[in-house]
Amino acid sequence: MFYSTIGHYSLVLGLCFSLILVYFSIKNFQNSKILNTKILSFTFLQFFLVVISFLCLITSFVLSDFSNETVFNNSHTTKPLFYKIAGTWGNHEGSLLLWLLVLTLFIFIFFLKTKNKPLKYRILTLIFQQIIIIGFFIFLIETSNPFNYLYPIPEEGLGLNPILQDPALAIHPPILYLGYVGSSIIFSSALAATCLNIVSKEWASHIKKWIVVSWVFLTLGILLGSIWAYYELGWGGFWFWDPVENVSLMPWLALTTLLHCILVLEKKQVLTSWVIILSISTFTLSMCGTFLVRSGILNSVHTFANDPERGLFILVFLFSLIFISLFIFFFFHKSSQNIPNSFFWLSKETSIIINNWFMMYFLSVVLIGTIYPIFLEVLSSQKISVGPPFYHKLIIPFLIPFLIAMAIGPKLKWIKSNIEDRVYLILLLVISIILSFLIVKNFDSNFLLNTILVSSALYLFFITLRDFFIKKYSNLSQNIAHFGFSLLILSILFNNLFSSEIVTNLKVGETFENSKTKIVFESIGQKKEKNYESIVTNFIIENSNGVNENLSPELRIYNKPNIVTSEADIKTTLMSDKFIVINIVQNQDYFNVRYQVKPFMLWIWFSVLLISFGGLMSFFKKEYEK
Amino acid sequence: MKNKLLLIFITSIFIIIFIFFYKGLQNTNIYTPETKINNKIPLFNGELFYINKTVNSSDLFKSDKFYLLNIWSSWCVPCRQEHSLLMDLSKSKKVELIGINYKDTKVNAKFFLAEFGNPYKKIIFDQNGVNAIEWGAYGVPESFLINDGIIIKRYIGPLNKKLFKEIKSLIK
Repeated sequence: MFYSTIGHYSLVLGLCFSLILVYFSIKNFQNSKILNTKILSFTFLQFFLVVISFLCLITSFVLSDFSNETVFNNSHTTKPLFYKIAGTWGNHEGSLLLWLLVLTLFIFIFFLKTKNKPLKYRILTLIFQQIIIIGFFIFLIETSNPFNYLYPIPEEGLGLNPILQDPALAIHPPILYLGYVGSSIIFSSALAATCLNIVSKEWASHIKKWIVVSWVFLTLGILLGSIWAYYELGWGGFWFWDPVENVSLMPWLALTTLLHCILVLEKKQVLTSWVIILSISTFTLSMCGTFLVRSGILNSVHTFANDPERGLFILVFLFSLIFISLFIFFFFHKSSQNIPNSFFWLSKETSIIINNWFMMYFLSVVLIGTIYPIFLEVLSSQKISVGPPFYHKLIIPFLIPFLIAMAIGPKLKWIKSNIEDRVYLILLLVISIILSFLIVKNFDSNFLLNTILVSSALYLFFITLRDFFIKKYSNLSQNIAHFGFSLLILSILFNNLFSSEIVTNLKVGETFENSKTKIVFESIGQKKEKNYESIVTNFIIENSNGVNENLSPELRIYNKPNIVTSEADIKTTLMSDKFIVINIVQNQDYFNVRYQVKPFMLWIWFSVLLISFGGLMSFFKKEYEK
Repeated sequence: MKNKLLLIFITSIFIIIFIFFYKGLQNTNIYTPETKINNKIPLFNGELFYINKTVNSSDLFKSDKFYLLNIWSSWCVPCRQEHSLLMDLSKSKKVELIGINYKDTKVNAKFFLAEFGNPYKKIIFDQNGVNAIEWGAYGVPESFLINDGIIIKRYIGPLNKKLFKEIKSLIK
């Protein structure tokens, strides 16, 4: 009660500070040559207020204060402390408060880090950022206040959705939000730079840091999300092309493209339009993601809120931002006339442009796949769901030239280049083709496509691997990231090719056997935990060379709310995962057992870590490339 | 000039997208009951209307016979319209009518049956509407034609003369 009041009024005060800040900024922008110190202090105070309000919400969750509606809806006294705290951002209201927290934090850091930048630029960025912040404040206070009272005070809360009770998911939203919100700084700063016409090399090298940071967080956030999906949802996959996964992938694609463009801008005063448009679209795609997830317009595992009023607010807000940025772009942006915009065909610039177009293609495929069902439903009230086959068919063929371009592109020099080490390049290509032919040979399905795909991934793999051993090639961070990407594609491909699955119905004591594997349903037991009860089963898997493996998947019956979830048991080894999950079959005494062998799972996670590590390295490196 | 045209073009595209999203928001995702045609009848337990006794689905539906399961309620106006057809149908030897009395009170339901007649061989008293959900029903009235434990036809809303003829030809 007490904490809710403090939290609520901090938010209101924070909103007032936003308005004051905008007022001061505009005044300062018009007159003075030096920064009004009040601006800095108010920025800090605003951040501080949001921190207080966030801490209040956490405290309410920890104390299980059910007079707070958000706590009532999402917590329960029997939840372990860790999930009480994680529950703070596991719901709509709390996660928006987290958004706001990160927004205010980032603008504060931005202000501290840009002391040597032009004053007008700093202030204008602040104003744009405050517009976003005000939007979120109003959204939070008006439509999804985390501090609503409930009277009479309920005895117990409704509990946190069990599928959200997972360590990976506890940190997934904060990390992802750091990425999303980081793109808001890029957005505001790009708009400010456009207005002042200072989209230059200096600006590029300064905003690059923000791009890299957001990119690293976004990558890690997506990784955590997919680890969660793999371990918790129990579908035996890590990426489902679910709309909500897609909305995190879209900003990532735009941001990755931006990351590459900014490198060009940093070296040569070109691609300014690309950079601005990508900065704008990265953030609007993040916002669009929020809209799609939060409005209930899409049905998905992640949809928490189903409130059209909220959806309408974000929609109007999102489109106002889009229109503002469109007008700024068209009226202020002057593409630099004096510098020729055409590149020599064989140069780093060209390869980055090629990369851009591929990325834009992938982005539009994902975008269409995600929003087309909405359009169709509006037009014909037909419900369709766009599944993996759509994405696979459209993306996979284009992955091949993309991978090859990725292998050769970084070897080119700026402005004009010749391909060096031709012998090596061709030799490695031949080796990759032969190798992949030998690997894929044993599989009948889609032989040609698989061979080409595997060989192009292997090609990138070998080339980046070789580059680690060449002294003169010094761009380590880029090489690590590209190497990680080739590893990722290879792991995913092999994972798809070599996965095997057995689905069967078994009673306790029964055995399933085929030529390679024997599954024995050993025993069944019960377990009681604080927040759930579970049926624990025990299986022994015996493969053809006589190795035994004990696996015990569970069925959990959570008490609050009352939901049954299947906990898969996964034995992870370096080369493959053994995955088993059971399900209740209604009115039957047997269980439905699904056993999968999934090779290279660990390598998928590892390669994504490697990719983000590459990004992280470039953040700490002073100069990109001499 | 070229720039202006481009701006107008892009702006209008975004406006169209906005309209689509806005419209999309109006269609909330309501729970859509599953269609259960050509599926086995759901397994359920229900309370009989006249005697306090629970029965399960296998007691009610013997195989190799036609059944018409009708979900009705005394407060439902369309149910009154279709009731005469159900009375007609109950005279047929080939089909047995089973009613699910949906979210009703026994007193009102008895009045209803006294007024319009009772076409049902057996009635299940579904006071909280659970049985109707188990059947995946949209509401009242709704009818399922069952043969050999399989739902062969589903009629959402009241039956009319045309559908009545269809049922008659199906059970021949």
